[in-house]
Amino acid sequence: MTTSVPDPSQKHQRREHGLMLALVSPALLVILALIVLPVGWLAWQSIYHDGFTLENYRRVFTEDVYWRSFALTFEISLAVTVIALLLGYPVAYLANSVPKGWSIVILSLVVLPFWTSVLVRAYAWLALLQRTGVINQFLRYLDVISEPLALVHNTFGTVVATVHILLPFMVLPLYATMQKIPNDLMQAGASLGASPSLTFMRVFLPLSLPGVLAGCTMVFVLCLGFYITPELLGGGRTVMVSMLVSRNVELYNQFGAASAVAVVLLLSVLAIFFVVSRFISLDRVLGQK
Amino acid sequence: MTMKQKFGLGCALLGAIGLSSAADAAEQITFVSQGGAYQQAQTVAILDPSAKKLGITINQDSIPDAWPAIKTQVGSGKPIWDVVDTPTGNCLRGGEQGLMEKLDFSKIPNGAAMPEVYRSPYSVSYEFYSSVLAYSQKKFPKDAPNSWADFWDVKKFPGRRALRNHPFATLEAALMADGVAPDKLYPLDVDRAFKKLEEIKPHITVWWTSGAQSAQLLNDGEVDMEMAWNGRVSAVAKEGAKVAFTYNQGILQSTSLCILKGAPNLATAIKFLNEAVDPVHQANLPLHIDYGPGNPKAFETGVIKPERAAQLPSEPANAAKQALMSYAWWSSPAGEAAEKRWASFMQK
Repeated sequence: MTTSVPDPSQKHQRREHGLMLALVSPALLVILALIVLPVGWLAWQSIYHDGFTLENYRRVFTEDVYWRSFALTFEISLAVTVIALLLGYPVAYLANSVPKGWSIVILSLVVLPFWTSVLVRAYAWLALLQRTGVINQFLRYLDVISEPLALVHNTFGTVVATVHILLPFMVLPLYATMQKIPNDLMQAGASLGASPSLTFMRVFLPLSLPGVLAGCTMVFVLCLGFYITPELLGGGRTVMVSMLVSRNVELYNQFGAASAVAVVLLLSVLAIFFVVSRFISLDRVLGQK
Repeated sequence: MTMKQKFGLGCALLGAIGLSSAADAAEQITFVSQGGAYQQAQTVAILDPSAKKLGITINQDSIPDAWPAIKTQVGSGKPIWDVVDTPTGNCLRGGEQGLMEKLDFSKIPNGAAMPEVYRSPYSVSYEFYSSVLAYSQKKFPKDAPNSWADFWDVKKFPGRRALRNHPFATLEAALMADGVAPDKLYPLDVDRAFKKLEEIKPHITVWWTSGAQSAQLLNDGEVDMEMAWNGRVSAVAKEGAKVAFTYNQGILQSTSLCILKGAPNLATAIKFLNEAVDPVHQANLPLHIDYGPGNPKAFETGVIKPERAAQLPSEPANAAKQALMSYAWWSSPAGEAAEKRWASFMQK
């Protein structure tokens, strides 16, 4: 505060802050009780089991099972993010450039699958992709292939279904960012003689980059924790980190062995957020203003 | 009514509820199984009749994998479950780790009358199922695969295959494919089993994780042969799919009943445990689901007709064709090491 004179509005402001704090405190308490405490307790178990131990972390960092899973998880997340961006950008662009009514239709189509459970969607993809599934039957009917293609029970099937599930997380931040790009800028570009593709490349695309980064971060981070989709569509070979977590509960009969894996994943996610936050303010990723 | 009066009334009501539940507590237990059609079948065949006969209330709970919950509950010092129906290995290692009550078989005459391989100091067998070789009859109308050696023979029996994404029964099958006799499996030669599995690995389309998944694979024709639990295969066959299985070289597995250490209703739990393995209740189970009774005396009650008995995994003639899984081996250090090795085998 620069002013030293008692200001009645300052008192008012402080009262308002107090009220706000009172309003959010139930939510904060819930988060504390249901997220911070359990996560903290699990993290504690990963280093404390009948005494202080780093055994769980030694295992995570030395056994190549873990290394392979982390590598695979990051590869899949990267692939999903790139594909979701390539598919999502044109959709967001279209939704942004058509009249309001149409953009609502497009966005509802994007959000619609949200209302179906992830499990149901995984099974739907199974019905489409498997050997006797719709796609293989159709291709055989057309005589394009003689033997059914292996579209599922592998990494391919996992990536396809994961892209489908995460696409809205790409499209929505992109759309929100594109909405804020003033149309005048395109018109200005055009009036200066630039072709539509040049205005897009020089003006629109750079201005939409915050949305790209936001969408990519969301999709990438969410994908890191995927469990049901690789479990059902990966054929047992696509072992992502979340599956290691559940496997370790069974194998070592203690939560510490599993939570060490979860802690390493959580720290990688935080590291990603940290790196991203150096390029873009986090509010833009987490909540569009 | 004033605030105080309301409060007083509330207390009285709460007290009444507390009292009535305290009265019930003496005669009730919490029983935990794995849910689904299996738990429903038990409810009709075993749980309801036992509750009626003993005059107790059986509160049911279900969980797909009870082990982590058992650890946590007993670890907290105040378990809420009494009796669990869980794969026998859980009862054994639970017993070794002090998570299960040691059973006094003088109070469990039905259990004491069972052959010794069907019980442990901490548990009694409750039901049997089998990991069998199942196949599509569309793909193999005749000359179907009939042994694990056939399953491994990709030239003679071409087709897509699935195995369970778990070392239990899979290592046993690999050893039988390599020529080990079903009754000479234990202790498992783990190196030999994994070596044999490497051989079939490129030909496995899916490593399934849930019973439902194994059924779907066979039903949809996604694979032509697989290891699956007998009840899952017969359920698919009943719905009209052209699938069959053989008990030859099946791996006979069981779930057992055990009681959590410090169970809140220990005395009633023991009474229930005895009643649950009563030959007649046990004989009723296979009338509702394709699992065999845990108590072999059930086959002598006359409740199970011979043609029905012939379909069951634990029927003596069927059991003779199979390998009986040694849970004692799987919960030994060697077994646990084999379980840990599985993950690196899968990811290689």
